[in-house]
Formats: sequence, structure tokens, C-alpha cells
Amino acid sequence: MSEIVLETRNLVRRFGAFLATNDVSLKVERGARHALIGPNGAGKTTLINLLTGVLPPSEGQVFLEGEDITSMASFRRVKRGLTRTFQINQLFNEFTPLETVALAIAEREGVGHNLWRSIAGYGKVIDEAAALLARFGLSSVMGERTVILPYGKQRLLEIALAFASKPRVLLLDEPAAGVPEDERHEVLQIVADLPADVTVLLIEHDMDLVFSFANRISVLVAGAVFVEGTVAEISTDPRVKAVYLGENA
Amino acid sequence: MSVLPQETTVSASSSTAAAETRAAKLMKRRSRIRFYEIIVWIAAIAAYFLLPSKMLILTEIAILALFAVSLDLVLGFAGIVSLGHTAFFGLGAYVAGLMALHFIAEPVTGLIVAGITSGVLGLLTSFLILRGSDLTRLMTTLGIGLMMAEVANQMAWLTGGADGLSGFSPGPILGMFEFDLFGKVGYLYCVGVLFIGTMIMRRIAFSPFGLSLKAIKGNPMRSAMVAVPGRKRIVTAYTIAAVFAGMAGALLTQTTAFVSPDVLAFHRSADVLLVLVIGGTGYLYGGIFGAILFTLVKDWLSVITPQYWMFYIGLLLVILVLIGRDRLSRWVEYLPERFSKKEDR
Repeated sequence: MSEIVLETRNLVRRFGAFLATNDVSLKVERGARHALIGPNGAGKTTLINLLTGVLPPSEGQVFLEGEDITSMASFRRVKRGLTRTFQINQLFNEFTPLETVALAIAEREGVGHNLWRSIAGYGKVIDEAAALLARFGLSSVMGERTVILPYGKQRLLEIALAFASKPRVLLLDEPAAGVPEDERHEVLQIVADLPADVTVLLIEHDMDLVFSFANRISVLVAGAVFVEGTVAEISTDPRVKAVYLGENA
Repeated sequence: MSVLPQETTVSASSSTAAAETRAAKLMKRRSRIRFYEIIVWIAAIAAYFLLPSKMLILTEIAILALFAVSLDLVLGFAGIVSLGHTAFFGLGAYVAGLMALHFIAEPVTGLIVAGITSGVLGLLTSFLILRGSDLTRLMTTLGIGLMMAEVANQMAWLTGGADGLSGFSPGPILGMFEFDLFGKVGYLYCVGVLFIGTMIMRRIAFSPFGLSLKAIKGNPMRSAMVAVPGRKRIVTAYTIAAVFAGMAGALLTQTTAFVSPDVLAFHRSADVLLVLVIGGTGYLYGGIFGAILFTLVKDWLSVITPQYWMFYIGLLLVILVLIGRDRLSRWVEYLPERFSKKEDR
């Protein structure tokens, strides 16, 4: 009965002779908390780039809610409810957090093309931006330039910005990386508090976070899906351990 | 027992309310009128009364300022570099000349027609700047500028070719204000158009559209990821900029009653970029400050060293760039922030 929201069919991405994504066929159900794990260089971020249209695939297709979005521009995918965060912050350095989040809300509300009305006149947009920033503990710095914020705050803004688009499918690329230890669970808690019908695909290295958050896990190795299963299956799978131990050794 | 959770809820919602109030205030403050803006317009009016013998150079400044402000909309906001902005300036200049020569001598009509024509050219050529890097854009825009110059040169039957276009005289503005011999009316006309144009572009700058342009400049990948349709926004901005560049060209034609092929010359595209380097980008008034400094320095140098003034302009450019672009575009932040007291800080 569960509906597939995000699907890839035989997705391939080559960089020259290097196969970054190797025949990945992935199905993500609506409302899933799906984690994508794997050693460094396994192609996790490349996969997210293919899903969001940052990179075009060499072969294969991407489907969002049954529709082929393989060649759709990124901003259209976002309009259809697919958005992401970046492993390395991709923010607007000269913007304040308030401007950053207000921009995303204005675009979501379809008023971003208005070139005559001052953005200060959109009370609802600004209220929502303020509430969102407050939720992420950013209200005290909402008027500062982003570039001067401490890294942890920038990291929170990175995630808040994805939330501002109210995604139905949210791809999180190592959201906790760089977030201070004591705030990590808080961040993941906000993600976990998303409505049940919002689908989350999470890339994360912190296994504790993955096991506490996800209900389904795909392990990516050398660009291909190595194994996929529930948390219980993956956490006890000796092959997965071997892959991770092999990496650490 | 239930006091504690209730208390946290209350404080959470009141902190949200506080955040909303603060956000509304910050957003309003973004677009408030700055100290330097008022100074600029007071100075423009004061110059009319205090410097009656300098009307010609002041008019030149006002025209260059409008041209530069229009370039700032694409360069300072959307981050599109252009070496061919004079294509729109020149087209506007010719259209205004042809309007006065063949159709209507009334300047405001000519101004609007010139703006629209340049806007159409801007729209058509905007698709060429969507692809590629800064270097590709520099070359494409440079190419468009050069092509326009050659077209004007070859279509001598229409444009007068190398001799330029003359034999027309603009009528009274709106049928009421005749251009005078000393250029006083011309100056007020140009300052008026500059004021209206700057106010329109200022409004655009503080709209959601303007914010999205700066997002495209700041981080194109992320702006796409918050659903900003980058290409569409760039096309719109480029078209608007072309309209005002065309109007600046029309002003030159109407105040001099002559169109020389020089309006499409490469050096104008370079000059206007230089103006923005001097004045700073991304806040529109850089075009005005830059135009004032550039024109005055050029005028002063060409008086003291008539043959070598270009050398010093070049030297100035080198020094400016060595000082650093960032410091340049932010120098205005060292001016007093606002006109009234800082009560809402």
C-alpha cells in the first residue's frame, strides 16, 4: 500500500572513466526516514546531486511521485516539493539569515517574481521566516550577515533554509556535520518532528544518529547499492561491518 | 506540576512573537531611505542654483549616472558582467534622434519609445548571456556591442553613418518647457529622469525580485534550490536595465540635438564599468557617485594634461583595483547610516 515517492531507475553517473554512481535503482516510500550510508567516496553526495538536478545523470531516470524528472531544472523540482541541504554550506554570504529564509518562503509562495512591492510588505512571509528562525535558535542573529556567523549557526541556517521550502521530500546531506555535539540531537529532533508524510533521505556518518532516526537504510559502496534493509538488518549485517571496518583499517 | 511545561510554551511563543516583531523591523529598515540618498538629490537640485555655468558637465554626469545605475541592476544585483551595455545606450540614442527627426519632437515621447526599443533588444539578447561563465558573457556582450556599432555605421541611409545624425531639434518637454541655450532645462530634465529611473530601480531592488537577483549572484546553485527560476529572473533584469540604458542614450541625444556613432563605441561600455568600479556595485547609488567622480576627474585631468589624461585614468583604475573590489563596494557603509536618530536599533 505504501506509495513510492522518489525512485531512481538504473542511475549511472560517470566522471570520465570514474563511475561515481553505478546502476542505482532506489525506491523511497512516502513518509520514510531513509538513510544513505557508506564509506567516503561511495557516491552518496553524487546521488543527491543527481536527484536534485545539480548534476545530470549519464544514464537512467529519476522519478518524483511517479513523474519523470530526469531532465527537469532544479528549481522546478523544488517547486514540486523536492529539496535538499548541502554537506558543505551553500548559503548567501551577504544575506542575513532573515533575508535568506524570507527569500525561500517568498519563492515557495510564488511572490518571488514581484518586483514592485517591498519585501517588507509581505507580513506573512516575514512572520513565517521569524518563526522558523526562532525554531532553529537563530532569532538572535537574524539581522547579521551570514558570512560572519559561527559555523554551527550557519549549519543550522543551512537546514532551516531547506525547511523554508516546505519540502515533501527532503534530502539531508550530513546535516549534523559541524553542528556542535550537544545540538546534534536537537537538529535531528526537528527533522524527526516533520509531519509523517514528509519523506526524508538522510546521508550521515554518525551511526548512532542513523540508527535512532532511520527506519530504512541503504548502504552505498563504490557507487552501487551494496545492501538495503531495515535498521535491525543493517546494524547486524556482517558485510556492512566489514565495509566500514575495511574503510577504517 | 503543570506549571513548568506551560511556562516554556508561553516563553516559546512570546519569543516567536518577539522574533516576528524584530524581523518586521529589520525588513523595514532594509529599504528605508539612507542619509546619502537625500544628500545626492539635494546636491543635484543645489547644483542647478549654485553652478549655473556648469550645466553641460552636470547634464553629462546625470546621463552617465542613469546609464551606470542601469548597469548596476545586472552587474551589482544579478552578477552579470557586460562589456556591451552601450548597445542599449546607443540604440536609445539613435531611436530618440530618429523620433525627433521623422516623427515627434516632444522629448518624453522619444524617451519612452527609445526605452522600449532598447528593452526589446535587451530581451532578445538576454538569452545569449544565460549560458557560460563571466568570460563568455564578457565576450558575448562585447560582440553585441561591436555588432551594433557596425550596423549603425553601415546603415548610413538611416543613421547618417560616420557623420552621425543631426538636423533635428527636440521640442519643448511635454509641450511646455523649451530647452534653453544654457542647458538649464536640459539638466533638470535629465536629473528628473535620473531620479524617476533610480526610484523605480530602487523599488525593484527591495522587492522579492531584487532579493532573488542578489541570491542568484551570491550562490546560483543554492538559489535554484530555493526555487528561484534563475534564467527568467536574469532575462527580466537584463531587459529592465536595457530600458534605462536606452533612456540614458535618449537623454544624450535630446540634450545635444546630435547623435554621433560614438554612442555605440566600446569605450562607453568600458567607461560605465569603470564608473561602477569607482562608485561600488549592488546599491544603485554607486552609479551616481561613480559618475560624479569619473566625470569630474576626467574633466580635471583633460584640462591639466590634455594629451595624457587617459594615462591617469588608467593609473586610477589600477590603484582602485589594487585597493580591492570588496572595500570599494562597501565604502559607502562608512557614511552615516541614516538620516534620523538610531532609535530602533
